[in-house]
Amino acid sequence: MADPMKIRAANKDGVTEVKILMSHEMETGQRKDASGAIVPAHFITEVTASWNGKVVLQGEFGPAVSKNPYLSFKFKGGAKGEKVTVSWVDNKGDKRSDEGVIA
Amino acid sequence: MSMNEMNARRDAMKKMGGMGFLGLLAAAGMITPQMALAAWNKGAFEAKTLADTLKALGAGTPVESKDVVLNAPDIAENGAVVPVSVTSNLPKSQQVAILVEKNPNALTAQFTIPEGTEASITTRVKMGQTSDVYALVKSDGKFYIAKKEIKVTLGGCGG
Amino acid sequence: MRNQRPGTPNAARAWLMAGSLAFLATGSALAQDKSMDEIAKYREMLADGNPAELIEMRGEELWKTPRGPKNVSLEQCDLGLGPGKVEGAYAQLPRYFADTGKVMDVESRLVHCMQTLQGYSFAEATKNWYSKPGKESDLVALVTWIGGQSNGQKISVPAKHPKEAEMVKIGEYIFHRRSGPQDFGCAICHGQDGVRIRLQDLDNLSQPKGAQKAMRTWPSYRVSQGTVWTMQRRLIDCMRQARWPEQKFPSDAVVALEMYLQNKATGGVLESPGIKR
Repeated sequence: MADPMKIRAANKDGVTEVKILMSHEMETGQRKDASGAIVPAHFITEVTASWNGKVVLQGEFGPAVSKNPYLSFKFKGGAKGEKVTVSWVDNKGDKRSDEGVIA
Repeated sequence: MSMNEMNARRDAMKKMGGMGFLGLLAAAGMITPQMALAAWNKGAFEAKTLADTLKALGAGTPVESKDVVLNAPDIAENGAVVPVSVTSNLPKSQQVAILVEKNPNALTAQFTIPEGTEASITTRVKMGQTSDVYALVKSDGKFYIAKKEIKVTLGGCGG
Repeated sequence: MRNQRPGTPNAARAWLMAGSLAFLATGSALAQDKSMDEIAKYREMLADGNPAELIEMRGEELWKTPRGPKNVSLEQCDLGLGPGKVEGAYAQLPRYFADTGKVMDVESRLVHCMQTLQGYSFAEATKNWYSKPGKESDLVALVTWIGGQSNGQKISVPAKHPKEAEMVKIGEYIFHRRSGPQDFGCAICHGQDGVRIRLQDLDNLSQPKGAQKAMRTWPSYRVSQGTVWTMQRRLIDCMRQARWPEQKFPSDAVVALEMYLQNKATGGVLESPGIKR
């Protein structure tokens, strides 16, 4: 199972800023291992962030997003103590969903 | 996506009895319906040239705009992690994409911006070599673009 | 990403600016200055959201989870400030430990705790001591978390114990020694001011200012490797790059070098975990 994400969310003047770190190899499918064999592509394809059941950001990644992807964005609304949920799915069907509390 | 990957994905689909992987996840309550709707844009991510990628995204010939702001350093100490931030000052921005012209596939990531979310995204991308990087924004149905060259340097031993 | 990361971006920028001022007299002064500014910007943008924080989370979990043949956690491990006291411990390592009669760094101490508390053999405790693509090291995760627990603290390795003072001397000797087929040594690149490899400035580690700047950001996420490097790994790799014989992990020669460098860096404030190209 994939390792947890680190999600930080902070509200300032009615706008919530979300910063996400995802634990993922993001293999491009172009790298060779020590024996010379191609390491198969393995990367997050879709990311969704939601707050109060409403989708606040939807992203699609290709393999050229850096290893351990970082993503930050801002949305209107969000109060201290409320939760932001982030989910991802990768090209092998692995998935992960975590919550961050708005500070 | 490599052939192996495509096969793996196809096999996974087959195992799920044609229901479609995302549909199955949605049915199992593992992802939200909104998420299942956002099918990964395979055509755009697998396009090689900038022109083909823009075509696959339905962007045609986007207009250069100063209201699309691409913030990144001119020089990256390492191409494996290049911080890129895109902000659109255009009204009704619905979609943001980051493209690296000289990568094997130009499209790196794209985002759908729901109402209430600012069209301002920061992420990090891989760059195989020095290249022009493009920020593409869909605003009120039209596409706008901004470009910046980012140099990738070879480093020393690395701290 | 971490709220209280003292001085990271501004300090880095100020330092780089100061470094680039020296080039103002030369022909390509402006281009040079601009390059240094852009590199500072690159580093600044990376500092916000260090993937090492993901590894820290894993390290904390590993510290608290019962593991090994004895199925106990590392929570009673004494890193120098008493059993289980982790906060501030990294800032005071390496140090002399009476129970082993040796000067140990964070890694050699962890290996000791894994053996004595958890019942691992030495071979088991050290076999996966650094992270490879797709295979993160437990030991590195533990060091990353322990390092983070000293974030914002001053490095304090005064080397008052005779054994510690002796290790500083040994480290100093190794630092200045030229050896191997290239007749190479640490001090050739890191014993003077104003030296660079390509675009990277090299710190003068023989002086407190340079040593503080270099030592305060370890353990560090290496963008080029996609994982955290510890000081042991950094120094063992330095020796490899200098074409010296490969060190066995954990290496007393490396602990001696760490002791010399931490002693020189005493007073510098840790920004741990760091992030580097």
